[in-house]
Amino acid sequence: MPDPILRLEGVGKHFGGVVVLEDVSFDVAKGSRHALIGPNGAGKTTLFNVISGVFPPDEGIVRLNGNDLAGQPSRKRIGLGMARSFQNIRLMPHLSVVENVMLGQHARPGLLSKLKPVGLMPSSREKREALDMLDAFGLEPHPGQVVGNLPYGVRKKIEVVRALMAEPQLLLLDEPAAGLNSSETAALRDFLMQVNARGVTLLVVEHDMPFVNSLCQQVTVMNFGRRIYDGSAAGVREDAAVLEAYLGGHRSKEGSTNAA
Amino acid sequence: MSGYASGLIAIMGINVIFAYGIYLTAAAGQLNLGGAGFQAIGAYAAAILSIELGFGIGMTIVFATLFGGLVGFLIAFPMLRTRGVYMVLATFAFAQVVVGIILNSDTLGGSMGMIMTDYVEYQVILGAALAVIVFVFYLMSTPIGLAMRAVHDDEAVADLMGVNKRAIQIGAFTLGGALAGLSGALYAFYFGFVEVQYFNALLSIFVLLYVLIGGTQTAWGPLIGTAFFTLIPEALRIGEDWRFLIFGVLIVLMMIVRPEGIITRDLLDRLWLRLSPGGRKNA
Repeated sequence: MPDPILRLEGVGKHFGGVVVLEDVSFDVAKGSRHALIGPNGAGKTTLFNVISGVFPPDEGIVRLNGNDLAGQPSRKRIGLGMARSFQNIRLMPHLSVVENVMLGQHARPGLLSKLKPVGLMPSSREKREALDMLDAFGLEPHPGQVVGNLPYGVRKKIEVVRALMAEPQLLLLDEPAAGLNSSETAALRDFLMQVNARGVTLLVVEHDMPFVNSLCQQVTVMNFGRRIYDGSAAGVREDAAVLEAYLGGHRSKEGSTNAA
Repeated sequence: MSGYASGLIAIMGINVIFAYGIYLTAAAGQLNLGGAGFQAIGAYAAAILSIELGFGIGMTIVFATLFGGLVGFLIAFPMLRTRGVYMVLATFAFAQVVVGIILNSDTLGGSMGMIMTDYVEYQVILGAALAVIVFVFYLMSTPIGLAMRAVHDDEAVADLMGVNKRAIQIGAFTLGGALAGLSGALYAFYFGFVEVQYFNALLSIFVLLYVLIGGTQTAWGPLIGTAFFTLIPEALRIGEDWRFLIFGVLIVLMMIVRPEGIITRDLLDRLWLRLSPGGRKNA
């Protein structure tokens, strides 16, 4: 097994008296497509926020490429190779498609490049890179449009492209398939396969089990803030603890293909 | 050129520079209702430097601008502890404190004001205004300008994209204070005197309106907003009695029809599309 790109060691988080995460440990292998699933309220988004540094864990360690991320502010983490998308699309509504994507370049080093009037130049290296990235993922039709007016599925992809612009090694995706129909979901899966083929490790929070099964090799299941399963995507349907979390203790012979 | 026209250009120039000072913070998501305070600081700094310390006009303007920037930088720290409507109130209070200090200071002339000994012509103001316009358009086109607009739209995501939002916000206050200070210094030299009554709450409200009615999404907004507020009341002089009533109605209509300002990204996109068939692909 290759080295883990992300390692969680006993991560815990509580808000007041409410324990949201408790002793969560698992590895995400470099180059893999890893799913994080669990019923609503299991702590998946909180875990994403801890990993991306929105707030610190109360216990435990988050390691990226072996380095403890404690003390690294959230804005520095993208420069360390970690980018994320959000459960509800959070593109900048007043920026154009290409400007949103160019925002993904912000974490790159170099103060001088920050003073380049890219918006006034008909063609700059930064803008060409952004357009090429959009093009590579079939999003070339509307680079100049303000994103607020674009369809939902297109905006979801732009959010991923923006994150990719930072050249991350690890991409955290919070429910990328939510709100998409089945053909859009299939297109998104192909899109994410393409992203992964570029060497980007994916950690995906998702409810749509057919989507998870067709995209991810490895699955971690959470329930009530604890990790209850960590293993292959195939094994998850046979696991007693998972079945109990989703189906309330009745072991179904057929298994569940759509746990959500 | 007639005195009326040159006077209008001078006022317009001073207001444009002033409006860009307020615009820079607004573009990064902070509403500054203390404009008059920052402009007063520039005006009184110019008066002291020129009258009391004998600086030349050029050096006075430079140092008054820098002083405005320094105050903007220092005031950013307490201001950024507040958000939203509380920041509006805090900046408003700041301006009142500045006016209060000036009013009670004998060195600064109290309610009598100070009379300048040097003057500038409208050409100087026009030149400074053009330089400021070019500078702001340049700044907003850089990745730093992009980061400012990102902080305006969504602070948390901007942060996760690697934007140092605190540096952006402090920088916006500093540059904004400098531009407001510059406008104050030019005001002092053009009108030949500074008096504290001019820097009242209404001035702070008006300059923020220039920016908000013009639109904060692009660097065009303050320019158009200032022109709207400076030129339309002049055009309405024909019906002197009704002038401010008509103007008030126009402002209300503007807010109903274009709540995000006269100039928005969307509007520019549409214009661009109409002007060039290939606009969509390259915009």
